[in-house]
Amino acid sequence: MANPATGRSFLQAMTSVEEVAPPLRVVQMEGLAVLKIIKHCKEFSPALVTGQLLGLDVGSVLEVTNCFPFPTREEDEELEADGANYQLEMMRCLREVNVDNNTVGWYQSTLLGSFQTAELIETFMNYQENIRRCVCIIYDPSRSNQGVVALKALRLSDSFMDLYRSNNFNGEKLREKKLSWVNVFEEIPIKVSNSALISAFMTELEPDSPVTQCDFDRLKLSSAPFMERNLEFLIECMDDLTAEQNKFQYYYRNLSRQQAQQQVWLQKRRQENMQRKAAGEEPLPEEDPSNPIFKPIVEPSRLDSYLITNQISNYCNQVNGAAGQGFSKLYLMKALHEN
Amino acid sequence: MATTAATSSKQTVLQYPGAAPSVSARIHPVVLFNICDAFVRRPDQAGRVIGTLLGSTSSDGTVEIKNSYVVPHNESADQVALDIDYHHNMFVSHQKVNPKEVIVGWFSTGFGVSGGSSLIHEFYSREVQNPIHLTVDSGFTNGEASIKAYVSASLTLGDRQLAAHFQEIPLDMRLIEAERVGFDLLKNTSVDKIPNDLEGMESSMERLYTLINDVYKYVDDVVEGRVQGDNNIGRFIAEALASLPKLSPTAFDKVFNDKIQDNLSLVYLSSLTRTQLSIAEKLNTAAQIL
Repeated sequence: MANPATGRSFLQAMTSVEEVAPPLRVVQMEGLAVLKIIKHCKEFSPALVTGQLLGLDVGSVLEVTNCFPFPTREEDEELEADGANYQLEMMRCLREVNVDNNTVGWYQSTLLGSFQTAELIETFMNYQENIRRCVCIIYDPSRSNQGVVALKALRLSDSFMDLYRSNNFNGEKLREKKLSWVNVFEEIPIKVSNSALISAFMTELEPDSPVTQCDFDRLKLSSAPFMERNLEFLIECMDDLTAEQNKFQYYYRNLSRQQAQQQVWLQKRRQENMQRKAAGEEPLPEEDPSNPIFKPIVEPSRLDSYLITNQISNYCNQVNGAAGQGFSKLYLMKALHEN
Repeated sequence: MATTAATSSKQTVLQYPGAAPSVSARIHPVVLFNICDAFVRRPDQAGRVIGTLLGSTSSDGTVEIKNSYVVPHNESADQVALDIDYHHNMFVSHQKVNPKEVIVGWFSTGFGVSGGSSLIHEFYSREVQNPIHLTVDSGFTNGEASIKAYVSASLTLGDRQLAAHFQEIPLDMRLIEAERVGFDLLKNTSVDKIPNDLEGMESSMERLYTLINDVYKYVDDVVEGRVQGDNNIGRFIAEALASLPKLSPTAFDKVFNDKIQDNLSLVYLSSLTRTQLSIAEKLNTAAQIL
């Protein structure tokens, strides 16, 4: 006779062993995918373009082995179906030639790092519903003429995603979860890998020359235009941030005013009730939901201010980086001139 | 050269375009990477991969090969079958993204031009006027990487086509974008992280330093008489040194200080902004209505 105790515990043991996905630690990209992204973004800059990433999800590494670009969508309703058809067609064709047919995310180009928008979060949530682990690669073609490969891999942090789904962004919840603007996006380090064949080709075709094009780009002395644009964007963002803060001030002022009104009304009601008790009548309720001063005021969402804060921090980082480079170049010039 | 037929009175001429073609090709590194990746992923029974090249032609006859995709094909001893629908579908899809890229030719891996290639080349010459045939030798025969481009001219005898003559055309493999990305990223089989601003700066400075050292040593050697001086190199060095702008020390100091001040104030501004952000954050979430 089967022992029911052990049977139950076995079943319990089976159900309790859940698949714990290892956290994503690194994104491994193939040189081919890197070059394709760079080519597509550069061709269409300054317009912003997007594309799909294909690859494999292996343990704690997300491999990106290929990608294909999306056509730029016109503002036209009937092209929506076209876009889906294009995607299916490309995936089908690529599968026939043995390319990994697995979507692992998408890439998009950006202009000087201003990519933190509400649309990005929306797209993330859409992707997250279908794919367990997805990543967004951001490429900045305007920084490539400074000799930097500006590739970043991003995903939303889990705590942020839970909060977003519950659609509840007021101060209480955020303080509870200790979620500040730093925790919204998580940046994942990128590794680049190449197959042995292409590595052999590259080594053969371009021997180690002493200096390459990217050195020339990095040692350029004129960094002023880049800084100027960065500062312009920074100033605009600060304006947006002050607008958001004004919204909060307004909200708080309204809230305190409403509370004061409620107190006054409550006092009056209590007085009335005392009079009625003295006269022997029924006391009126102490609350009156139909009175407009009891209507709860909606707290504005903090999502926008978080995004703007992220953008500002990004610009500050870029300014710092460029200034640091500028210092080294200037001191180099000084040393050269003295000789 | 004209050969005369025996009985008829007309002369049939063997056409042989002997002049070198005025076409040259330039290839972007994406294409090379794509071809190698496709070769690595080919199905087991295929010996080589074949695909279409996309790009643009400029007015002086230079063909720029910017993109490519693989087309599945079947090859046996005497027959070659190419999946034309696939080729057409992929081309339409690619056109949606970038309508300026048109078919400029086709590629195949393997050394040299084989027999089946002429049939495929004929198919492609129906799509575009003078297709370019690119061979990428992934087997490294002869121990070296050979990437060659050909155009074909046909040998006709009267109106019968005898053979197709594939002539090699100059191929520019300058790979400037690959240089931009950095050969370190693309040459090794795995790179642990993409260098950021300051690290990249450091490596560029180091390379500059090595260069200057080398030039210095060379000049020393020539002066001491250890190495025979080459006039051309001497001229280059003189030009490089002369290209330093001549500023008086005061003027240079002023420019230098101005720039340093600008940079310092920018760093100060950005740190100030960041402090402001953290204060704003604290204020926003700490405020409670009791």
